Amino acid sequence: MAELRLKSVRFRAEREADWLRLEALVDKAERGSAASLTDEELLAMPVLYRASLSSLSVARATSLDGALIDYLESLCARAYFFVYGARTRALDRIRGFFANDWPAAAKAAWRETVASAALTALGAISAYLLVMRDPEWFSTFVPGGLAEGRGPDASTAALRATLFDTHHDQLLSVLATFLFTHNAGVALLAFALGFAFCVPTACLMVVNGCVLGAFLAVFIQHGLGVEVGGWLMIHGVTELFATMLAGAAGFRIGWALAFPGERTRVEAVGAAGRQAAVLMGGVLCMLFCAGLLEGVGRQVIQSTAIRYVVAATSGVIWLTYLYAPRGGGPALARG
Amino acid sequence: MARPPNAWTPAVGEPAEDRLVRELVTPEGVDLRVRLAETSERAAAFLLDAAIIIVGLIVLTFAAIAALVGTGGNEVSGQVVAVIWLLGAFLARNAYFIFFELTPRAATPGKRALGLRVAARNGGRLTADAIFARNAMRELEVFVPLTFLISQGSQVDAWLDLLGIAWCSIFVFFPLFNRDRLRVGDMVAGTWVVKAPRRKLMADVAETALAGQVAFAGRGAAFVFTQAQVDAYGAKELHVLEDVLRRTEARTIAAVAERIRAKIGWLRGESESDYAFLDAYYLALRGRLESRLLFGRRRRDKFDKP
Repeated sequence: MAELRLKSVRFRAEREADWLRLEALVDKAERGSAASLTDEELLAMPVLYRASLSSLSVARATSLDGALIDYLESLCARAYFFVYGARTRALDRIRGFFANDWPAAAKAAWRETVASAALTALGAISAYLLVMRDPEWFSTFVPGGLAEGRGPDASTAALRATLFDTHHDQLLSVLATFLFTHNAGVALLAFALGFAFCVPTACLMVVNGCVLGAFLAVFIQHGLGVEVGGWLMIHGVTELFATMLAGAAGFRIGWALAFPGERTRVEAVGAAGRQAAVLMGGVLCMLFCAGLLEGVGRQVIQSTAIRYVVAATSGVIWLTYLYAPRGGGPALARG
Repeated sequence: MARPPNAWTPAVGEPAEDRLVRELVTPEGVDLRVRLAETSERAAAFLLDAAIIIVGLIVLTFAAIAALVGTGGNEVSGQVVAVIWLLGAFLARNAYFIFFELTPRAATPGKRALGLRVAARNGGRLTADAIFARNAMRELEVFVPLTFLISQGSQVDAWLDLLGIAWCSIFVFFPLFNRDRLRVGDMVAGTWVVKAPRRKLMADVAETALAGQVAFAGRGAAFVFTQAQVDAYGAKELHVLEDVLRRTEARTIAAVAERIRAKIGWLRGESESDYAFLDAYYLALRGRLESRLLFGRRRRDKFDKP
């Protein structure tokens, strides 16, 4: 019977066992992780993968068994993704992110960060001046829900109470959670909107500044400037900085899309997007800290002086961490 | 090419699917020919994931309420539910996708169900920052449009909402307007979504056919085809025949056997079964085409020169 069999059938019979073994290994690797494979299996994987790949080439050239070629294509693709895929351990990835990737991404986006800061400042100053001249402007800048009765018509005492109010009716963790998710949503939005050629992100930065400026104006008019500074800055340093970085990440993408330079548009956006994503990962970490400071820290710490100390400390920490020159070799390979 | 009305419908290499096949050359120099996912498949995968997330959150909520009622802490139950929905919804809508796409399968449960996975467009490694970027963009593609949809403005606001929806549609329907089916997130992250189904190694039709032939030959009859008869068809028809033999539907087998007999001018024998005839013809045709293949002559279909 052996001589009756087609050459392609004999070819398959000789190699079938290797393919099935590779399939079992890929199945196992996909179910768990690289760690679930023994050393022996890890070493066997690339060998089997190359053998199967060579089988695929031969089968394409000599066999007309359609199912076999489909099978080998799918098997080789799955093995390819594993053999050449990311296999950095999660812990190394996280360490690399905090040690190198995040500060490097922040440094690379310094121009965009300055632009975000300038836009926020622009919004804040214009809103401040407008509200100082005519308090009616306040409601234009601050939506009702956010104001919570802190409008220009409120009495000084009422305003002071909002600054030193311990929300006893609410669990602090709920407040912190709400603030974190709300701010993170806004930051992600600033990042994603950058894709529309930066314009919506720029608007978001200005609006953010307007709210800040309008609030400041109301409190300063009532002679509560110092107190409101402490109330805002205890978390605001972290939060505003994070928002500006998110805006910078958005600008980076929009800018690459509008002015790709010598690369193709898709390539430029891809490169900018991955770097901006690293920055956004950092922004979410910062917003988590800000949420804790705002939701818990501000309610617990009632002294304006201590609030300023916390604000200044957080500012110094973020600036040194992100921008201070650091020794060491090139950034760890990301992945 | 104009096709005669009674031509077999092609089973492989349909033009509709070939539009989505992309070259992926491995470092070993072999083209893996990956197939991109259809927009419909990706939408289905996303809906599955969204359903999983929502059901998960609802279950979590009921579990938390049940636990609190059990311990008698009614006072704070509302707040715990609030935390679950605030943080849970946030984590679910952001971390869910990132977490699953970071696993070796590079696919969420929804994508896995449809046999899809995320891959780097340049064929290289799929990095964590790429996965983060493609999922952070979901904010623009899903949640911004949703907020426009559920906001109920009147007069000017309503017009603004309408404009917003129109503007968002650009991002929502982005995958329909580029040939690689990229959504905005894919574009920003340098990724795409490919089909990577798990296929089982099926038995070779030639093996089963040969076994049948040997049994048949034992009973004293054998099929002998002339050169002209095996030159009637090409590789495409061979693949159709392979499918027919795999499916083993009696009516299809009979119809196909009849068609082939007519084409090659084969007179049906006394005790000849359709199945045995097709097995024998498949073997002969494949043997002929493969031996020509070894000489560098691939006959694509019956319209090709033998």
